[in-house]
Amino acid sequence: MNEPLIERIEADIKNNDVVLYMKGSPMFPQCGFSAAVVEVLDHFGVQFKGIDVLQDPAIRQGIKEYSNWPTIPQLYVKGEFIGGCDIVREMAATGELATLFKEKGIKTHAA
Amino acid sequence: MAMQAEDIERLIKESIPDAQVTIQDLRGDGDHYAALVVSSAFKDKTRIQQHQMVYEALRGRMGGELHALALQTAVPEDA
Repeated sequence: MNEPLIERIEADIKNNDVVLYMKGSPMFPQCGFSAAVVEVLDHFGVQFKGIDVLQDPAIRQGIKEYSNWPTIPQLYVKGEFIGGCDIVREMAATGELATLFKEKGIKTHAA
Repeated sequence: MAMQAEDIERLIKESIPDAQVTIQDLRGDGDHYAALVVSSAFKDKTRIQQHQMVYEALRGRMGGELHALALQTAVPEDA
């Protein structure tokens, strides 16, 4: 994985509080797993930057290596990898995601 | 390309010998699975680390020939 690619990823996840690497756009997800995470974020009313990996094969591969995680979507909050679809849904169900957003100072509907 | 449920279970158990693996073929098409993996090896690991251990056990198949594996991991209650 080359240096400029790592720098691009780090710039994106550090300059945006909540970033979702996904297939398609937040308005038009191209995959059910990406759509499910968008739905969770929308449910919380969280503002996020969606990055469509289908538009960029280098990022699509690079983000998997960056996080050592084999699938898309991938959610990052304040630069930290939170998980993919299963983990995000599980954390939403248990209330952990609400706690995480609160602790990280991410604005939600509830706040 | 699809994978058989038995192959998924075998690969996981090769890497995580004490794992109890429950696999569901969600659509009956050999391509969309849900797996529950319970192992004492997950103790004191974050959820991300637990899932990474399972993905490592699948040796690159996840995201490739195995398109959809909804994963849930847990530590046995007596661990």
